[in-house]
Amino acid sequence: MIIFTDATVAAGKVTILDQVSVAFAAGPPTVLIGPNGAGKTTMLRAAMGLVKLNSGAISCLSSARRAIVFQRPVMLRRSAAANIDYALARGEARTQRIEELLNLVGLAGFGDRPARRLSGGEQQRLALARALARDPAILFLDEPSASLDPASTKAIEDIIRAVSARGVKVVLSTHDLGQAKRLAGDVVLLHRGRVIEHAPASEFFAEPKTDQALRFMAGELLV
Amino acid sequence: MTGDTSALQLVLTGDPGLYAIVWLSLLVSLSAVACAAVIGVPLGALIALTRFPGREAIIVVLNALMGLPPVVAGLAIYLLLSRSGPLGSWGLLFTPAAMIIAQTVLVTPIIAALTRQTVEDLWLEYRDELAALDVGPIGRIATLIWDARFSLVTALLAGFGRAAAEVGAIMVVGGNINNFTRTMTTSIALETSKGDLPLAIGLGIILIMIIVMINALAWTARRAGERYAG
Repeated sequence: MIIFTDATVAAGKVTILDQVSVAFAAGPPTVLIGPNGAGKTTMLRAAMGLVKLNSGAISCLSSARRAIVFQRPVMLRRSAAANIDYALARGEARTQRIEELLNLVGLAGFGDRPARRLSGGEQQRLALARALARDPAILFLDEPSASLDPASTKAIEDIIRAVSARGVKVVLSTHDLGQAKRLAGDVVLLHRGRVIEHAPASEFFAEPKTDQALRFMAGELLV
Repeated sequence: MTGDTSALQLVLTGDPGLYAIVWLSLLVSLSAVACAAVIGVPLGALIALTRFPGREAIIVVLNALMGLPPVVAGLAIYLLLSRSGPLGSWGLLFTPAAMIIAQTVLVTPIIAALTRQTVEDLWLEYRDELAALDVGPIGRIATLIWDARFSLVTALLAGFGRAAAEVGAIMVVGGNINNFTRTMTTSIALETSKGDLPLAIGLGIILIMIIVMINALAWTARRAGERYAG
């Protein structure tokens, strides 16, 4: 669905993505893992078209609508329902769709609450609902459960599974190897802006092919 | 109103002359703030969100115009509206309309400059989210103005403060005509020049009380809105 071909992103003299070539195919979630600064966030932002490539290309089915939830999503200064309403296309049966999305993310009854007064976990779920309001074929999630407690993390993961089961391609980045094991259909290990390894999750976790992957899974610091 | 009458007496006795002055003062200042908001808020937001050659210079000029001397603004409007001026045929000089125009000129840079700063700060926070949601330029401006609405109340209050307190511009273009273009500030200036200091002080106190009341109302509305919208 999305193909990176020698995609390179640099900021000044620092190369953030270095000739990345990888394809995200339809199916179960793709999980990007790697240490801080590996280029996970930049990869997601580039796939969304929010970052310009210095060279290379990213191709995507033109009809594939994309949405992203950032690590720290910004809630608009209005109610939870109005935040979802903002992302809905014109002419939809809005009230019904908002209710449906709030239910999906476990925020039924929260519609009238000011979005900025919700807890971190609730805001993350609302951001997911807002992204889903765009009816995306591909959903990018940047560290969706970073700094959330286990209960909130489980809630987010349940939503990801539900969304993926509906046929939405989910691509998410995480530091959490456990989360990668729980969710991934395939895994992309990034380090210093390069794809070190890309393999189906079962294969990646059972028989990693690279030394960096072995070390990363052993909890060693990749520097 | 007579020179020896205290302002308190005038208030307590419901002096129609005093109430006419208070009413005209509010009408002129609030109308000017409304006109300036219609011009200044979108203008400030537009400058905040667009990049073009000379933008920095425009921001500097806009900020500098916040300190535009009222008599200079008054003089400029006077020249425009005077019988031999380009807009002389409109016959607005020495009318409340001319006073509203003059105060609009004074207040617009304040509202535009403060809006520019507020919207630019909010834009840094919202930029990625709005880009990800594919919001177009008009939608971005509308969203940022709406979401900055509580902060923009402060810009409107700053503009109102400027309008309500100034005397130079409206004196020049309004002429301080009794029962027609006399406002609180021009009355205070007049009574002071006549030596009726108690009345001038009394009118000053009334003016300050009105400004405090309007600020308190705006503050209350802002807090209530924030509680609802977050």
